[in-house]
Amino acid sequence: MTTEAIPLETAVEPLAPPSLRQRQWIQVLRVASRLTRTRIGLAIVTLMVLIAIFGPVVAPHSPTEFVALPNTGPSGHALFGADYIGRDIFSRFLYGGRTVIGLAVLTTALGVSLGVLVGLTAAYSSGIVDEVLMRICDVFLAFPQILFALLLVAALGPKLWLLVLAIAITHAPRVARVMRGAALQVVERDFVKAAEAVGEKRRRIVLGELLPNVTSPLLVEIGLRLTYSIGLVAALSFLGFGIQPPNADWGLMIFENRLSITVQPWGVLLPVLAIGVLTIGTNLVTDGIARAAIGLDRGSES
Amino acid sequence: MSSRTAKFIAKRLALGLLTLFLVSVVVFFATQALPANAAQAILGKTATPAALKALSAKLHLDESVFSQYWHWLTGIFHGSLGTSAATQQAVTHVLGSRLLNSAFLVLISAVIAIPLSIGLGVLMAMKRDKTADHTLSTSTLLVASLPEFVIAIALVLILSTSVFHVFPAVSLLGPGQHAWNKPSIVVLPALTLILAVTPYISRIMRGSMIEVLESDYVTMARLKGLSERAVIWRHAVPNAIVPAIQVSALQLAWMAGGVIVVEFVFDYPGTGTLLINSVTERDVPVVQAIALIIAAVYVVVNLLADLSTIMLTPRLRTAAR
Repeated sequence: MTTEAIPLETAVEPLAPPSLRQRQWIQVLRVASRLTRTRIGLAIVTLMVLIAIFGPVVAPHSPTEFVALPNTGPSGHALFGADYIGRDIFSRFLYGGRTVIGLAVLTTALGVSLGVLVGLTAAYSSGIVDEVLMRICDVFLAFPQILFALLLVAALGPKLWLLVLAIAITHAPRVARVMRGAALQVVERDFVKAAEAVGEKRRRIVLGELLPNVTSPLLVEIGLRLTYSIGLVAALSFLGFGIQPPNADWGLMIFENRLSITVQPWGVLLPVLAIGVLTIGTNLVTDGIARAAIGLDRGSES
Repeated sequence: MSSRTAKFIAKRLALGLLTLFLVSVVVFFATQALPANAAQAILGKTATPAALKALSAKLHLDESVFSQYWHWLTGIFHGSLGTSAATQQAVTHVLGSRLLNSAFLVLISAVIAIPLSIGLGVLMAMKRDKTADHTLSTSTLLVASLPEFVIAIALVLILSTSVFHVFPAVSLLGPGQHAWNKPSIVVLPALTLILAVTPYISRIMRGSMIEVLESDYVTMARLKGLSERAVIWRHAVPNAIVPAIQVSALQLAWMAGGVIVVEFVFDYPGTGTLLINSVTERDVPVVQAIALIIAAVYVVVNLLADLSTIMLTPRLRTAAR
């Protein structure tokens, strides 16, 4: 069902930058949206986002209210039982998605923007600027993302802005590498030369000419970084360095209830399921977009 | 080896050294130069001014950050990684057996995961578009989505609490004990790491294998009447394996960081658990040392991956700048 659409879409104006620049990402998304995996992924992500947004509205209890004895099993009063100090697990689950999703989106937005800026600047500048930027990226690539966050926490203590900064900074070189690679193929194209010839400013060329032509790898990067962000944000709260008690947060819930996992598994199971399902959803969408982007690439080559 | 290849390798080595040096700068300045008083963090809020001053002098905190960095860097070359703020023991002593335990965990996971993934990749490619391929492709995609701590906790829930009581959920080792003396504690952390890296390697192997199976020389080998087994294992796999080796190396490098959270979940007595505990205690010297070691492993493994790729790919060997 998707195969017939690919050549049709790309047959339109292959070398006309003004129309292509608005089209590339729309085209990719349109093709991706016809793939089953993208649709399933999108349905999952929508569901989880709805839970995160409207969960607190429908939650039967406040996330900090004591409703039963610690580690009580499920009952009519508390659907999934009570957590390690007697709060309603289901209500805390319903409240706990906002921070995970919110922080993941924020870190992705910051990290990808920085990465795009660095990657495109490197590709367009070439020479010494390119070399220096990429070597700096190499240095930050040497740090597993969680390690860099832990390094900053060790120095300054667990502060939320610090974690956001740490994740964004470590996303950036990974995004920059990909965007640089994609942009290098665009830099030599005619419309970039034409823009240079009429004396366009560097910033205008990078953002106005390069960026619109690398939107399909950009979409894939956004999806990938979002998936990793969810894992990182949740992991840092799970380690006790992210969202602090008494807030409700999926990562923090796992941290708090992991020692009573044998008597009351729901306190761990619900948030773990939520995080797992959410990352599966974002990754299915990402995989769909990646497939669509490759398909479009192949289509335009032939 | 041509002189161009030698030149490329020399350049790559020099860049690796430069990266390592800059990594040490980042590790040090991210922790030490930030506006936080290490002496205060170690001694607590109740410390007397005299005690603070004495400790500051001992840690060279009264000197400039650059001379502090110099003390730290030269210390490393003399085999000293500083003194743990929490235990007052040498960091090398605190790290000792934990480093071995982590290395053991990573190596055993890699030794199982790499051949397993390559086998799975070959299987998927041979059963392309059949049920086995679809099932494996989908399940590897799903598992690849999961953060490693989610896999770890799922294993705990399935294998050591509610469903089966097969493996211990937490590792209990006496002081000075090594993980290999008590294999049951290695099983779940290793299984987590294997599940985390296998999808990536097997999916790459599948793609590369499919490409090779469609190539002319595989058709040729079949036409010559070679047995299917000989075609697959003697002709196709050796040609399809280079990308899988590259990804394996990347995954090995990833595991250096991936163990951090996995060890914490199982309370495995390795560097990861030590790192988390040291971050909680704000034990900066230990954190610096572990960060430096993990980053160095990452740089070195990546370097080896690059070099082995050049060696394994004749085209790159000559085209290398």
